[in-house]
Amino acid sequence: MYMKGTAARMGVMKRVSLVFKAKANKALDKMEDPRETLDYSYQRQLELLTKVRRGVADVATSRKRVELQMNQLQQSANKLEDQARKALSMGREDLAREALSRKSSAQSQLNDLQVQYAQLQAEEEKLTVASQRLQAKVDAFRTRKETIKATYTAAEAQTRINEAFSGISEEMGDVGMAIQRAEDKTAQMQARAGAIDELMASGALDDVGGHRDDIQSELDMMAASSDVERDLARLKGELTASAPKQIEPGAGGPNGGSQAAQAPQAAQGPYTPQYTPPQQAEQADQYQQTQGAGLPVADLPGLGGDQPQDGDS
Amino acid sequence: MIVRILGEGQFRVEDSVAAELNQLDTELEAAVEHSDLGKFTAALTSLLAQVRANGAPLAPDILEPSDLILPHEDSSMDEVRKLLTDEGLIPG
Repeated sequence: MYMKGTAARMGVMKRVSLVFKAKANKALDKMEDPRETLDYSYQRQLELLTKVRRGVADVATSRKRVELQMNQLQQSANKLEDQARKALSMGREDLAREALSRKSSAQSQLNDLQVQYAQLQAEEEKLTVASQRLQAKVDAFRTRKETIKATYTAAEAQTRINEAFSGISEEMGDVGMAIQRAEDKTAQMQARAGAIDELMASGALDDVGGHRDDIQSELDMMAASSDVERDLARLKGELTASAPKQIEPGAGGPNGGSQAAQAPQAAQGPYTPQYTPPQQAEQADQYQQTQGAGLPVADLPGLGGDQPQDGDS
Repeated sequence: MIVRILGEGQFRVEDSVAAELNQLDTELEAAVEHSDLGKFTAALTSLLAQVRANGAPLAPDILEPSDLILPHEDSSMDEVRKLLTDEGLIPG
């Protein structure tokens, strides 16, 4: 405050350095015994070092969380793109549009996160360097502290202590502010990460493996019903193809007249064993295919429960 | 003289560069006073660039207070104002 007014023309650089010095002097003035100053300051330096290291770990944790979310969002985007492709191939442009619009929203979240991620990474690097620098300064201070204690009388020591103290306290102020900035950024990131978690849980971004995957279930339903149509057509085809074969023996046999009219019924007796096995095998095959079409549903936990509801709508 | 860039460390800068630094610093101070963001960013960026270009980083184990202290690279004008008036920005 005292720097406003007359000192205003001093320039930013000088004024900031004076603020730092004033801070150091104030702390020094509180101490009566110079040795007390040294030990007390050293204690605070060690505490700050611990704090910086914790700060680095916090930023790293936050960065990893963002990384995890980025992976999830990327998976969502990929999956939605697949679904859009599938929907288009089934002629459902409306569904493809919906999938792509969700994908675009996931993508924009992802782009935002990438920017935040880079910032966190930069913050982590800065703090790591700051922590190494502080460590070096703290070591230097400790050495000087021991020298001062061993060599100088209390009166002589005061000047040297002041020098060492203002040097280290400036560093501590700087590092302290850096940690504060990193904490602020991390807190912002965590709030943001929480919001994205909520968004993903709401299904708006189509959480992978989530239970509100309506696009997937509609696609599955369509795939299933087209399988049914295809199998139906195949069965019909088989029926018409096998019908003449069944009649042939009766019609072409030595017995004619009224017996021939009963031939289809009678023929089923002796001839079924020959025809049923392949038919059964085919049915089993078809059954597996129908099951196979349902597989994507089974792959997604929670979707099975939604199936009947989706079938109703 | 020794110049510190907050968040970056200390540099030993030749006194001959002082005039140029002071000129930029005056611009920076005026920009903060007039809340001129464009000039603020330009002046701060040039100042930091000058110090980095003309200064040699001080070894980390040297305990010396700085003659001049510069705000960190992405400081806002508001942060610089708080630095100047010492409103609790510097911890401890």
